Amino acid sequence: MTTGSRRITFFATCIVDQLYPTVGMAAACLLEQQGVNVDVPDDLLCCGQMAFNAGFRDDAYTIAGRTLEVLRGKGDVVLPSGSCAAMIRHLYHELFAHTPFAAAADELAHRTYEWSEYLVDVIGVTDVGAHFSGRITYHDACHGLRFLGLGKQARMLLNHVAGAEVVPLPGCDQCCGFGGLFAIKQASISTAMLERKLEAIESTKADLLVTGDVSCMTQIAGGLSRRQSAIRARHLAEVLANMVDAR
Amino acid sequence: MTQTIAFYDRVDQALHDTALQTALNRATTRFVGNRVSAISALCEADRLRDQARAIRAYALAHLDELLPQLAANVEARGGHVCWASDGEEARRYIIELARARGVRSIVKSKSMASEEIHLNEALEHAGFEVVETDLGEYIIQLAGETPSHIIAPAIHKTREQVSALFEQHLGMPPTTEVPPMIRTARQALRQRFLRADMGISGVNFGVADSGAIVIVENEGNARLSTTVPRIHVAIMGIERIVARLADLGVMLQVLARSATGQKLSVYTSLICGPARPGEEDGPEEFHLVLLDNGRSRILGGQYAESLLCIRCGACLNACPVYQAIGGHAYGGVYSGPIGAILTPLLQPDLPDAYLLPQASSLCGACQEVCPVRIAIPDMLLRHRADAVRAGKAHPVEKAAIRGYTLTMTHPAIYRASGKAARLFSRILARKGRFRRLPPPLHLWTKQRDFPAPPSKTFRELWAEHRKQRSQNGA
Repeated sequence: MTTGSRRITFFATCIVDQLYPTVGMAAACLLEQQGVNVDVPDDLLCCGQMAFNAGFRDDAYTIAGRTLEVLRGKGDVVLPSGSCAAMIRHLYHELFAHTPFAAAADELAHRTYEWSEYLVDVIGVTDVGAHFSGRITYHDACHGLRFLGLGKQARMLLNHVAGAEVVPLPGCDQCCGFGGLFAIKQASISTAMLERKLEAIESTKADLLVTGDVSCMTQIAGGLSRRQSAIRARHLAEVLANMVDAR
Repeated sequence: MTQTIAFYDRVDQALHDTALQTALNRATTRFVGNRVSAISALCEADRLRDQARAIRAYALAHLDELLPQLAANVEARGGHVCWASDGEEARRYIIELARARGVRSIVKSKSMASEEIHLNEALEHAGFEVVETDLGEYIIQLAGETPSHIIAPAIHKTREQVSALFEQHLGMPPTTEVPPMIRTARQALRQRFLRADMGISGVNFGVADSGAIVIVENEGNARLSTTVPRIHVAIMGIERIVARLADLGVMLQVLARSATGQKLSVYTSLICGPARPGEEDGPEEFHLVLLDNGRSRILGGQYAESLLCIRCGACLNACPVYQAIGGHAYGGVYSGPIGAILTPLLQPDLPDAYLLPQASSLCGACQEVCPVRIAIPDMLLRHRADAVRAGKAHPVEKAAIRGYTLTMTHPAIYRASGKAARLFSRILARKGRFRRLPPPLHLWTKQRDFPAPPSKTFRELWAEHRKQRSQNGA
């Protein structure tokens, strides 16, 4: 089937592996369809962001140090998460500064890509033959937006989804309030932020809220579902892989 | 995981205060909108911000030369300089000066540095009459509160609340119109300006090569405070310095646009010492208080970048956490993202200061708007690491992270705990989601559903996909 010259290592991330396997399948299979050889190392687990963000740098060093070894010499690394990609590209530098792994961390950062970024900027594809009959609105996940400069890639891809009407989300660059452990440790602030996001989403009368990070998706979907909203939250890859049925 | 300590109480109070929510929503929306249009109207805004950062970074790297240069130039122009290593020294200098000159009445224009050293309390305690003349500051002085925003101290007040305050303190008939409120305040303040013996101001920039201080404002109260009374005392954090007068071209542009969305503030005053012989305007005496108060400790460390801050308040307006809880919930003099960095450094005695850096989703909106591009999220993360090193992590969180680390470094444990979670979810989840989870995860499910893990992991699905493909003879 696919024997393209591109080879990548697909880093599904722990949360996709455990909670959103279809997001991983959608993202990896779409890459295969573009002629990319996709490798999924069995022992590749987590980037360590949760420990790093909570301030547990030794724990983060342990997890990320292992991940760094697993990814050594593995070519381009693609993640279906702007947040985990930003951890590797932006925060590994600080985590591994003045350690024996500083050079390896910087080398890894240079070959790490968020999934939509890899599709659009590296492969150069914006139309993957997707279709969805309904209205879609897009939420910019913060880390992808601000630490990787993402946003236009997802919109270009969505604009090529046949049958979809893509409508702007008011305050699309406003945080949904997830923030990792923040969502639990500061639950009241997190849900206050979520309420604003949900109001904005519902104002669009969209059928689908699409975003590029399953962490934001968990927060937003959790709020939509608790409100018994008709709007569903889906990862960009699921929409592009035609895994979302119109309702 | 929530500890019942003051910070969380303040947060909950703020989230339930409907007047505060209204005021915050109105004001931050306006500020954010104004800033966006002002910055996008600017040709080469990004380059200007890079220049602004370079100017500030140069100043911080050369404080040892620039501060003495500023002091020498101020003195050459007939001013006096006080080097205050902390709030106590600054307060003592100002109080002794006021006593020596027979001062009775003092007017103040906005100064966060004076808030930092609790100057008003000290002056009142020493028997002086002190009146804040910035409208926002005046409002909160009447209300007996502290500023909840760096540049808009009364941002937490609705106009209805201000009307009630003016009715109570100044006898104004109730109104929801802003102009009559402003007229009332102006009339009350005008008398104070004329009566004052001393004016105290802050400083936006000290200019080393010319011995000038720069004050930007919109109401004219700072100009009055610094020129009408016979003594002018300016309080300046030692980091608020630029090397050259020519640097102001960049700094004033980014400051006003970032702060209020103006091209330039209505009043920009460059003050070069007291009135010279033969000059009719200006004070007889000018004193510059150079306040360290913990800043030199920050310099050279992992938070040094926070000293680049020009106190524009843009990060507060852009911050979704600040928008939700306002400034007072932070509990320190400075609030919002920059306050979450500065408060643990400048007010280490506040027991819950270490929690402020936790109150961030790390969304990065602050860094995006910062005119000098301070890497605020990176520093919040460093504070979190410091708190863990200092043993301040909650035991439940500590245990959770230990478990997480063990799981993510041992594939066998990872797979086993994934299986356990799926088993657990088969019992507890309904329709693919949890509506309730045990503590501490109940903090999630109180207001949000949580997805149940599906029966197969991505890894399992991928293995099946690969197997199928090889069977199909790819």
